[in-house]
Amino acid sequence: MGHSIRQAFHSGKFVTGFVIFGLILLVVFVYPLFVPAPPLEIIGQGTFFEPGVYVNVYDSIGAKQYTLNLEGAAEKRIASKLSDEDRTAIKEWLVAAGVAEGEIDPTNTEQLLEKWFSMFDPAKKIAGMTNAKRNYYIRLNSSIQGLLATEGAVLATKDPATGALQEAGSVPQTSFVNVAQVPNVRILPLGTDNFGRDVLTELVAAARVSLMIGLIAGFIATFIGVTLGLISGFIGGMVDDSVMFVTNLFTVIPSFVLLILISFSIGQEKRGAFTVAVVIGFTGWVWTARAVRSQVISLRNRDHVNLSRLSGHSLFSIILRDILPYIASYVMMAFVLQISIGILAEAGLSILGLGPRTTEVPTLGLMMNWAMIYQAHILGKWWAFFPVILVIALITFSINLMNTGLDQVFNPTLRE
Amino acid sequence: MNENKPICLSAKGVTKIFGVGQHKMRAVDNVNMDLYVGEVVSIVGESGSGKTTLAKILLGLTKETEGEIYFLGQKRDLRGGKRKKEYWKNIQAIFQDPFSSFNTFNKIDSVLLDCIKLRGDGGLPKEKKIELMKEACGFVNLKFEELTNKYPFELSGGQQQRLMIARIFLLKPKILVADEPTSMIDACSRATILDYLMQLRNEVGMTVIFITHDIGLAYYVSDTVYIMEHGKIVESGSADRVILHPQEAYTRRLISDVPKIHEPWDLSTV
Repeated sequence: MGHSIRQAFHSGKFVTGFVIFGLILLVVFVYPLFVPAPPLEIIGQGTFFEPGVYVNVYDSIGAKQYTLNLEGAAEKRIASKLSDEDRTAIKEWLVAAGVAEGEIDPTNTEQLLEKWFSMFDPAKKIAGMTNAKRNYYIRLNSSIQGLLATEGAVLATKDPATGALQEAGSVPQTSFVNVAQVPNVRILPLGTDNFGRDVLTELVAAARVSLMIGLIAGFIATFIGVTLGLISGFIGGMVDDSVMFVTNLFTVIPSFVLLILISFSIGQEKRGAFTVAVVIGFTGWVWTARAVRSQVISLRNRDHVNLSRLSGHSLFSIILRDILPYIASYVMMAFVLQISIGILAEAGLSILGLGPRTTEVPTLGLMMNWAMIYQAHILGKWWAFFPVILVIALITFSINLMNTGLDQVFNPTLRE
Repeated sequence: MNENKPICLSAKGVTKIFGVGQHKMRAVDNVNMDLYVGEVVSIVGESGSGKTTLAKILLGLTKETEGEIYFLGQKRDLRGGKRKKEYWKNIQAIFQDPFSSFNTFNKIDSVLLDCIKLRGDGGLPKEKKIELMKEACGFVNLKFEELTNKYPFELSGGQQQRLMIARIFLLKPKILVADEPTSMIDACSRATILDYLMQLRNEVGMTVIFITHDIGLAYYVSDTVYIMEHGKIVESGSADRVILHPQEAYTRRLISDVPKIHEPWDLSTV
């Protein structure tokens, strides 16, 4: 056995899969040590905050201020304030005023504003322009002028008695704070989801739960499959016929349909992550049973099995000592594959809204379900679903890669 | 012949059919045989003639489709694990391929310990068991000290086959089915293996059913020879009678197929 394990690490595919899977496991178990917050805690008021570093504004005002004279700071400020609609409106006005369309680049803020200031005249009448539209341009002009102002923002305090505002200080435009000195900074590398929960923390917890579901489902499916395969393959006769009858029944009904029906009949309130894993396990054993059975049939007439029978061993002992060790590597591979199938089945079920109930733990499938219900894919909130898809893909990819690698080790005819 | 000796095992109309419908194949076809206590019987035939299937039926590893088998005058009944265990105390086997005869996951000690348990000495103290195993290994010229904690695949083919004989030495069954015990072994070890087998037979007085495709070997070891073709026994009788004065064309062919050192090999009959 030790030799086989060492052999496995000579297979490039196995090593690649192992490294990816190991890294995922490492993140899943190490991340909660650094971020111990509950994964389903709602921290954001509102939906789908973009990924980024969130700095507390109140704390920034109170923090020590540094003056940095940086070039182009004002342009950057304007560029970030000027929305895409404003830019196209400016372009439209300039074209109407007679500037050639090719000369205007709405993304180049400096050039755009230069043209705007040199050309714009509120009194100028452009043919076909409504009054409302003209007023919009006047408002736009004054807001751009406001952006160009150089005096800082005024800080005021409220007199508790009269309610009058009194200037307490000002924040000049060249004022900076060091983020390290701001006490409240939250990095949201993947933003927040529709409920205002940190996606990364949720994703790590979901990956852990999904892996657990895969592990439990894989274990149950492999256990049932191997047990039935061993019994029906070794005993044969009537036992084989009846076990294969049930197996064939399960084969012709697609297991996913069965899964949907069982999940639905259990009911939303009774479906925990564990229940879902068990249900997946109970519907996924079929091909393992068939494959193990055919392996056992080829083994049961071997001489060492005959010798074991002649030595007076019981049926149970022969299956356990003379058959099972010979198919152990195969069972191991089937188990690895069942884990990945379990994870995918959970994701499929949860997307349909038949996954674990949503109040306790996140799973990869549930995160996709939430993102879909709140239309993250239509609104372009990629961080709510894309990382989830990536994690599912990476987990199943690495597991399948390990499986192929093991196959090469245990089945020498597949070696290149 | 040993007609004066009691019958040990007899087969009456034993038939084994594999497959169903068009693919039906009579691997063993209406075989009748009487084996006397203490004699060496050879079953000779080419590959696919049903020798091994017949051996497995006699051993009780394969269930016959038709016919009866009588063991010591009583009809054999193998229903239930207890009866089987009792039967296998009396009949044991040596298989053709020593490399696939042992479970590669179990150490050698366990093979011999199983035999001690089967013979009903499972309750003996550990030292006594080791003594028994040492004696068995000594019989086939293996050193028990070198074998403990080794796996079967760490031994050579000849050593494994000798270990197989050590098993038989421990069990001392009434009947031994030797299914081509020397065909996978080189000629030098072959003589040693046969020698141990015959020595053991003389010591224990067991009946040996020797299954082989080598008619020369059959003549050398056996008292009675059965010639098998396509599942049927075509000729039987004392070794001298069958091999020196064959009646059937098939037997003559088998004999002529044996290459002889001083004559050109006649391939026209093959």
